[in-house]
Amino acid sequence: MVLFAFLLLLGATFVAYALNRRAAISIRANGTQLHSLESFHGLFAALTVLVPVLVGILIWLVLEGTVVDWVMIRSLPEGTFDDLGSGASQLIVAEIKSIAGGRVFGTPEPWKTEAAERLVAYNRIADWVLVALVAVSAAMLLWFARRSVAAQFRARQSAERIVLGLMVFCAVAAIFVTIGIVFALTFETIKFFQVVPVTEFLFGTSWEPQIPIREDQVAAEGAFGAVPVFLGTIVISTVALFIAIPVGLMTAIYLNEFANRRIRSAVKPVLEILAGVPTVVYGFFAVLTVAPAIRSFAASIGVDVAPNTALAAGGVMGIMLIPFISSFADDALSAVPRSLRDGALALGATRGEMMVNVLFPAAIPGIVGGILLAVSRAIGETMIVVMAAGLIAKMTINPLDSVTAVTVQIVTLLIGDTSFDNPKTLSAFALGMMLFLVTLVINIFALRIVRKYREIYD
Amino acid sequence: MNDMRKIERDAKMAETKITARNVNVFYGETHAIRDVNVDIADKTVTAFIGPSGCGKSTFLRCINRMNDTIDICRVTGDIQLDGTDIYATSVDPVQLRAQVGMVFQKPNPFPKSIYDNVAYGPRIHGLARTKSDMDEIVERALRRGAIWDEVKDRLDQPGTGLSGGQQQRLCIARAVATEPEVLLMDEPCSALDPIATAQVEELIDELRQDYSVVIVTHSMQQAARVSQKTAFFHLGHLVEFNDTDEIFTNPKDPRTESYITGRIG
Ligand SMILES: Nc1ncnc2c1ncn2[C@@H]1O[C@H](COP(=O)(O)OP(=O)(O)O)[C@@H](O)[C@H]1O
Ligand SMILES: [Mg+2]
Repeated sequence: MVLFAFLLLLGATFVAYALNRRAAISIRANGTQLHSLESFHGLFAALTVLVPVLVGILIWLVLEGTVVDWVMIRSLPEGTFDDLGSGASQLIVAEIKSIAGGRVFGTPEPWKTEAAERLVAYNRIADWVLVALVAVSAAMLLWFARRSVAAQFRARQSAERIVLGLMVFCAVAAIFVTIGIVFALTFETIKFFQVVPVTEFLFGTSWEPQIPIREDQVAAEGAFGAVPVFLGTIVISTVALFIAIPVGLMTAIYLNEFANRRIRSAVKPVLEILAGVPTVVYGFFAVLTVAPAIRSFAASIGVDVAPNTALAAGGVMGIMLIPFISSFADDALSAVPRSLRDGALALGATRGEMMVNVLFPAAIPGIVGGILLAVSRAIGETMIVVMAAGLIAKMTINPLDSVTAVTVQIVTLLIGDTSFDNPKTLSAFALGMMLFLVTLVINIFALRIVRKYREIYD
Repeated sequence: MNDMRKIERDAKMAETKITARNVNVFYGETHAIRDVNVDIADKTVTAFIGPSGCGKSTFLRCINRMNDTIDICRVTGDIQLDGTDIYATSVDPVQLRAQVGMVFQKPNPFPKSIYDNVAYGPRIHGLARTKSDMDEIVERALRRGAIWDEVKDRLDQPGTGLSGGQQQRLCIARAVATEPEVLLMDEPCSALDPIATAQVEELIDELRQDYSVVIVTHSMQQAARVSQKTAFFHLGHLVEFNDTDEIFTNPKDPRTESYITGRIG
């Protein structure tokens, strides 16, 4: 039914386009000068019909379920929910819905079956109403658009205004979604901090959120000091960047300046493939190859290391970030004008000197941008550390030790049976909030640096 | 008129700085320079003129081996600087380029301070031992580039902040800072306004005192104004090479004549 509504709208759009275009053509055929081209008259009509109705349909679809459920609940026998808590009431509604969807378990009470039948009927009615509304409003808009066709009508401007509005809407939607996410996060974080003091979270050095299991145990024994968790993320990210930055930059410089065309055409696709490998595959690599290799190497020189070291997770994450940094740096280096290279070479600079003294400084903004983005990714990277890093938060900066990371903790806290009102679950939001803030600061910092260099080098 | 004669005499007295014999240049399959022979004198301005695409820049870039930086470019033949084959395996193009400076069509100061722009060449070639040595070199180069007075109070400001004409003179100063013997200029005024052009032309005339200057130009008036010798290139051939006033008043080759009278362009 919904599909039918969409098809109807599409048809109306095409009809509107054709009608107005025809009308405009006939005005021109009468010898009158048109302000806008015929196709703009068509486009104006098409947009006039399409945009409002489409928005209407989407809003309808968002609200339809809630409204229909509400009507159905109102139609249930008086007092159905009287003695029940909110959880049990939701269960009943869910059961009725699943009966309506054809998934019947056991023999439900007859009043539930009846309610389900009513629900089906309401849904059908709602669909028909939707189609009818689409038809009526499309027809009205069509009529309105058709009436506006006139020699002096500025169809181009009007059509452009509608398109502009659409673009603004899309841009604003992205911003609002971001704000919404931040709000949700903030809300849960505040709830967490009502149970656990901010100071304990920020400065506590012990992280043991798994301990409170039953509700009456709340935070009695759980420890929510996030320092070791963040320390773990820092250790792993540092290892990763220690590998990714030098290797990535060297790769970019080599490809950009020294490699001949054959090598470049072989290496670039490989790097792109590397960038496209799902991180879970890197995770396997870390767990199955790198970690055992580190362990056996350490054993051979008589050092005992943990099976899931920060070195393994960070090292593999570093490999993941290499193409990221190298492609950013490569773009930045390529963007430096050829005349600067020539200028340095003509002064008798070697390629290396030219690279270090001229190309590199000129490319710094792009390179710094790439590196900071890589930092953000390292901090937020989840799959590799979930697979390869440890679960226990330790206060250590030894990369040969097993550490955990913020993302790992968030994942483990939210996996499995959780209810959203105990501090164990809520702490995940606090961690997420911190992660968000840190990345935000890094990005602001990145923009600052980039702008500062721009001023110097432009 | 007196002046003119003096210049001519100078040109005749000057000794040969660069000799090119049977030079051919290929870009992949494109044959850009065909059998060029030319003797370029010291302490003289030599102009290369010709329609665009005839190979002026290509030939100029042979003299400091900048063509080496283009993958597909191949140079054959013999080019000597003071009797040394510059394409010999024993010659390091990096050293050669310190001896043969180059100024480009578009001013290309580095995104560094004015001081660092000029100091760059001396620095990479280790020409200054102390800071005050370097200061001296920079000042001398900027004076020779006829821009010292305009920038002496803002040596630490970016070179890219200067006007086009100042940037080009800065680039000339940068090129002379490595104490070259030859100065190659590829259309150095084509991105400049008339006043800046006049300043640079005046500077070129002064530079003749110390260097062998080779200038590519698309403006015949400019060639006539600044050069003593002129070479006319056409489709990769060096058609005619002679004293500048000879070329402009009494061209031997019909192609030269058509070009300077504006029939080939
Ligand atoms: N980098 C290059 N790659 C391929 N062909 C080139 C390159 N530079 C110049 N050429 C070719 O060589 C010929 C001469 O070019 P150029 O020396 O730039 O001419 P001019 O400076 O006299 O205008 C032209 O046909 C041009 O297409
Ligand atoms: Mg040219």
